[in-house]
Amino acid sequence: MKPLRNLQTIIALIAFLSLSLLYTANLRAEDTIKVGILHSLSGTMAISETTLKDTMLMLIEEQNKKGGLLGKKLEAVVVDPASNWPLFAEKARELLQKQKVAAIFGCWTSVSRKSVLPVVEELNGLLFYPVQYEGEESSKNVFYTGAAPNQQAIPAVDYLMNDLGVKRWVLAGTDYVYPRTTNKILEAYLKSKGVKEKDILINYTPFGHSDWQSIVADIKKFGSTGKKTAVVSTINGDANVPFYKELGNQGITADKLPVVAFSVGEEELSGIDTKPLVGHLAAWNYFMSVDTKENAEFIKKWHTFIKNPKRVTNDPMEAHYIGFNMWVKAVEKAGTTDTDAVAKALVGMEYPNLTGGLAKMNKAHHLSKPVLIGEIQDDGQFQTVWQTKGLVDGDAWSDYLPESKPIIADWTPPINCGNYNTKTKKCSGQKY
Amino acid sequence: MKIIMLKPSEATKPVSLWKPWSLLTSGLWVFALILTGFTPAHADGFADEVNRLPTVPMAEMEQTIGRLAHVQNPKVAEMLQAMHDGRLFYVKASGRMVFADTKDDGFKLTDALSGEALGVADRFEIKKIAVTNALRTVLDREIALLELNSTDVRLRMKSVKSVIQNPTPEAMALLAKQREIEKDGGVLEAINVALALADLSGKDKALRGKAIRLLEGNLNQDVRNRLSALQEKTDTGEYVEGDSEIRNLAAVALKKIEYKLELNHLAETLFFGLSLGAVLVLAAIGLAITFGVMGVINMAHGELMMLGAYTTYVVQLMMPNAIDYSLFVAIPAAFVITALVGIGIERGIIRFLYGRPLETLLATFGLSLILQQLVRSIFSPLNRSVSTPTWMSGSLEINSALTLTLNRFYIILFGLLVFWGLLMVLKRTRLGLEVRAVAQNRAMAKAMGIRTDWVDAMTFGLGSGIAGVAGVALSQLTNVGPNLGQAYIVDSFMVVVFGGVGNLWGTLVGGLTLGVADKILEPYAGTVLAKILMLLFIILFIQKRPRGLFPQKGRAAEG
Repeated sequence: MKPLRNLQTIIALIAFLSLSLLYTANLRAEDTIKVGILHSLSGTMAISETTLKDTMLMLIEEQNKKGGLLGKKLEAVVVDPASNWPLFAEKARELLQKQKVAAIFGCWTSVSRKSVLPVVEELNGLLFYPVQYEGEESSKNVFYTGAAPNQQAIPAVDYLMNDLGVKRWVLAGTDYVYPRTTNKILEAYLKSKGVKEKDILINYTPFGHSDWQSIVADIKKFGSTGKKTAVVSTINGDANVPFYKELGNQGITADKLPVVAFSVGEEELSGIDTKPLVGHLAAWNYFMSVDTKENAEFIKKWHTFIKNPKRVTNDPMEAHYIGFNMWVKAVEKAGTTDTDAVAKALVGMEYPNLTGGLAKMNKAHHLSKPVLIGEIQDDGQFQTVWQTKGLVDGDAWSDYLPESKPIIADWTPPINCGNYNTKTKKCSGQKY
Repeated sequence: MKIIMLKPSEATKPVSLWKPWSLLTSGLWVFALILTGFTPAHADGFADEVNRLPTVPMAEMEQTIGRLAHVQNPKVAEMLQAMHDGRLFYVKASGRMVFADTKDDGFKLTDALSGEALGVADRFEIKKIAVTNALRTVLDREIALLELNSTDVRLRMKSVKSVIQNPTPEAMALLAKQREIEKDGGVLEAINVALALADLSGKDKALRGKAIRLLEGNLNQDVRNRLSALQEKTDTGEYVEGDSEIRNLAAVALKKIEYKLELNHLAETLFFGLSLGAVLVLAAIGLAITFGVMGVINMAHGELMMLGAYTTYVVQLMMPNAIDYSLFVAIPAAFVITALVGIGIERGIIRFLYGRPLETLLATFGLSLILQQLVRSIFSPLNRSVSTPTWMSGSLEINSALTLTLNRFYIILFGLLVFWGLLMVLKRTRLGLEVRAVAQNRAMAKAMGIRTDWVDAMTFGLGSGIAGVAGVALSQLTNVGPNLGQAYIVDSFMVVVFGGVGNLWGTLVGGLTLGVADKILEPYAGTVLAKILMLLFIILFIQKRPRGLFPQKGRAAEG
């Protein structure tokens, strides 16, 4: 059959073309430094992660305009792990083995990070993780540019307790590792402050939960005893919208029963009708509304790059901004992209936060950042109502959990360990 | 006189605004009120206070509001309310105070002092007088005092409720005065409760006893808290309340309240269950037609709902100034669009696959992925924001302990309406007759001259159209995003199978039953476990009655 033969020729042609393209790409690869971007562009997490991919492309483009790095151009390698946790590991392997990237910027959920972790350790790669997380981890190959619990959850609870006089606590979260660990730390912290068991209500819901009626009714009942009550929410992603809507509909307002959220930022708010949310709180290390010169510049660059003046910036974007610039400086300092040399140069590296102060990479591979608490405004922005006096140093292992209290992470000699027990003086390696 | 006996309350809430100067001014004001009735004096310093607002630092804002609230001017309440709602702005260039309401992309400005319309401004030209939660509480309190003698019954009620929560002597004095002239029964009752609560914290034993008897069976949350506070013990095991007689009286009153609360709680659970059930019915009823009547396993059913939800979004984009009416346009629009898509699917894919359920399942599953990605490419992967019309937000207050959220209430009604409409279409129209004929015996229907392939397309279109309408309802409850459909597809199949394939009544009863059962289980088992238990229950149920609640009877059903 003639048409079929035609088809075969076409296929052969395409195969030949793509092969030759690959070949030229390999040739070109010699004089570029590759940077891997591992963010979901489809699936549930695409909502949050797509923006981070764009942020990275912007940062890389900007660096190339400045003349690249070590005399070479940077080249972004974008892969799509499609919100599928095992696929994150596969894609990370592809980036490190096939593409030979110098560093990976990526992951959002803790599950995806835990899935990538063995791969970057095995292949000795570098991963920059930009999202607030539950702590209890420190890897030689990972740099955590988001907040650890002591840089977000603990200060937020302090604010509620001391400034708003909250006595009763609802800890509501999505059912996975980040909320569960964070709530465990918070529960231990609250009890250490003398809060009684009966004044804490813990509730978990599945991803994307949408029917909040009875839970909100429960919270309302819990908060109706006359003692000031607050909700500490680690509810993730989409589930927040129907949650806040239900709060509004059942007449729970922020002045009576405030909700402080750790996963609701500007990007999430841009997809929501913000009227019922006004006055509720969020704790982050960065708000788009923070008035500094660096921030104004960053927002301007972002708007030019994305060609849309309505797009917002958020906390994980700042984390990538700091992480990427620190990596660039570390590569320049080390004079090579070799993982061990760069990792060594990164510890102690400083770079200005967008919100003021110098972020410093500590020995446990975490940053020092200011903690801000903001109230949601009706334009989807935050108004800062409280902030820590100075910068807070990221603590990988929480001091409030008895099992992790004696443990520290220190990636400098002589300890050189992410899980070092100061009591037994032993390094027990990473657990994942 | 009542006023004299009132003591500053020892209530749980601190009264931070209690400053000597405000006592003085408010005292004078009350005095003036009593003497002259409410005759507003001229704007002495009012304009100055308002114009100063942009320069007031956050820390002094509370005092400034207190001062502003005690200026005698008829516009004070309006000004504070605007500040509370975040409508009070100033023009950056001139410093002029304005009320700003969003209009299209900018703000419509009105001069805050003169009420003169100032046209439309860009959002960069004006800046908001920022308020925080703490200030909103202060504003609420002050507005409540100002509106205690408002002509609007609802505003008065709101005021009294606010006073119950912040019982200051100043407020109590105003309440006692208002009691003498209050005409509305509901407000009067609320005032009596507020005054009784004040009496309760006083020293006079007779008054306290009387107050408790008055509060008996009252469902107000503050009443219950105050009464149960009388039962509390200190750390050393002694009662906080020394008087045992008062304590016993309070215990009896509290018991009655608890019993009433229990009943209300039951009613609330039932309402929650019915509303969840209504959502399930809405999602499943389109499927009951395509799956139940035609036997097509349509995995893209959820995506048809998603298309309906996106239609709502597009409709709202096209009529930004009439959000309140947008749903009435969105419902028919969603029906037509998804019905057309449905007919397209039937003509393009499904009609080649009749009798091959596995292929249909795979093909429609693929289609669902295509539709999701299509939406992602057109509308971006981000969720879209669909506004709730004002008549659907808020809640219906039955009593202090039982409030029904309006959006859920309307969705129950809407679900029943759609069900009834569909039933009518199937029972009373020619299309319905043909649909039923084809479902019962295709060959015979064909022999009678019915164009079965046309009927198939129409039936599928009808089922899809209903899915679209369900999508409009869902857009009011959950996120409008590419994954909207996935969340509901399993539940929909569950309801149809449970209710009995091919039976609309089965879908209705099945959906409502599952909804109520889920909500009864949830408080005990948690959300996740409740869902698992429901699934287990259905599996066991299907073992016993493989054809569901209402099995189809007759020869056709056996085939």
